[in-house]
Amino acid sequence: MSLILKNVSKTFEDAKGDVLNNINLEIQNGEFVCVVGQSGCGKSTLLNLIAGLEKPTSGEILLNGKRFDGPSANRVVMFQEHALFPWLNVIENVKFGMKLASLPANEQEETAMKYLRMMQLEEYRDYAIHQLSGGMRQRVALARALTLDSEILLMDEPFSALDKQTSNRLRAELQEIWLKTKRTILFITHSVEEAVYLADRVIVISPAVNSIADVISIDLERPRYVYDEKFVDYRHRILEEVQGNTGNEKK
Amino acid sequence: MKKNKLFQSKYISEIIFLCGVIILWQLFYTLGVDVLSIWKAYAMPSPAGVLKSFGLLCQNGSLLPAIGFSLLRGLLGYLISVVAGSILGLLMNCFPYLHRNLRPLVMGVQTLPSICWVPFSILWFGLTQQAIIFVVVMGSAFSIAIASDNAIRNVPPIYKKVALTMGANSRQVYREVILPASFPELISGLKQGWSFAWRALMSGEVMTTCIGLGQTLITGRNLADINQVMLVMIVIILIGIFIDQMFFGKVERYVYQKRGL
Repeated sequence: MSLILKNVSKTFEDAKGDVLNNINLEIQNGEFVCVVGQSGCGKSTLLNLIAGLEKPTSGEILLNGKRFDGPSANRVVMFQEHALFPWLNVIENVKFGMKLASLPANEQEETAMKYLRMMQLEEYRDYAIHQLSGGMRQRVALARALTLDSEILLMDEPFSALDKQTSNRLRAELQEIWLKTKRTILFITHSVEEAVYLADRVIVISPAVNSIADVISIDLERPRYVYDEKFVDYRHRILEEVQGNTGNEKK
Repeated sequence: MKKNKLFQSKYISEIIFLCGVIILWQLFYTLGVDVLSIWKAYAMPSPAGVLKSFGLLCQNGSLLPAIGFSLLRGLLGYLISVVAGSILGLLMNCFPYLHRNLRPLVMGVQTLPSICWVPFSILWFGLTQQAIIFVVVMGSAFSIAIASDNAIRNVPPIYKKVALTMGANSRQVYREVILPASFPELISGLKQGWSFAWRALMSGEVMTTCIGLGQTLITGRNLADINQVMLVMIVIILIGIFIDQMFFGKVERYVYQKRGL
């Protein structure tokens, strides 16, 4: 898998989204890339462009050297809202993507159960969505996104609507899964801590120019510890970049 | 019969309340007609009179066929409305041009009381079954069209996005996402469509001479039998409630419960 963005810009005539200017980015196979930035910087637009939900105004996006037109199952998105379907139960939701692809029923069942087990949700397979807590819903959504074995998994602030404790637990689980499966992940977040915790590389998008301000490789052993000195250093450095100043301001 | 708590608390209190209403009605009748003579007996129905009328219509065997024919006609007209209405709604949903220009017109026509279609229907179909069914269709198809258009339009866009990024084509988006997602609102729309159809049916039936509840009502008027008129009105209400609760209500409750709404 290789994903390359060349001079990608996006403008909106009706101000329906945030602008992006001249993005150049390359994502390697198996890499965990986090995109941080204040609201309005265009980080969600970046995800929508890669997902194919929006088309770039100029520039090109190449997946394995090829342009694409519109969304597809090789670029699955996990959204901030769990967006599980309330008319389906847990297992049916997890199978949804495989059902679209008309995979054989036993394969659907096997794969779905594999990821439900990974999320420790196997005993909830027949539950209705409204019976689950917020964190469990997001885990079901993650299981659903993982089943398709997409080239790249796009995650749009998936844990930001959850309480701090739950979101910390989920990001630890996500890291574990990533270490196990080595999927390529592009993860959008406004939390610098989350980015430093998860990413191989952190892309900072500045709202001043709506473009990439800096790319920081996180050179830390996994699993990471948020009170580790180096972790705190990374966090401060990136926070300053995000806030667009070089002072000693702390969050 | 098994007596559970729900039955006792809800239905018993409702039945007692209804009995109270009937007793009050009888008192009102006795006072107004028999004692004070404010109304003539032929202009005011009484519970006893309605009951007698019920017995009479059962005895001469005209009530059951009337109910049967009305239901059959109503159902047939309603089914046509559902098909025509949902196709119209779907078309308005698929083509922005139609949504912009046709929808306001459909909204307007929907507000038209169904009885306004009676002159047309009689001119086109004569005093026939078809004329009644035409009024029923005109009375409910437009409301079903608007409701189904709304139901589809109100599906959260995120559902569609999820399906698209998981590889759904547009047919799958409709079948696997938009249809099930809009189902609760669709059911409410169909329920409302039924109540419009049932009302329109009566407008149609009183105009023609086909066997049916509307005709039994008019016969009551022609015979100056106010009790028969009242009886038919009560039957119409009961059938309306029955279908609303026993069919649509059940489906609605099931769907809502399943989705935790």
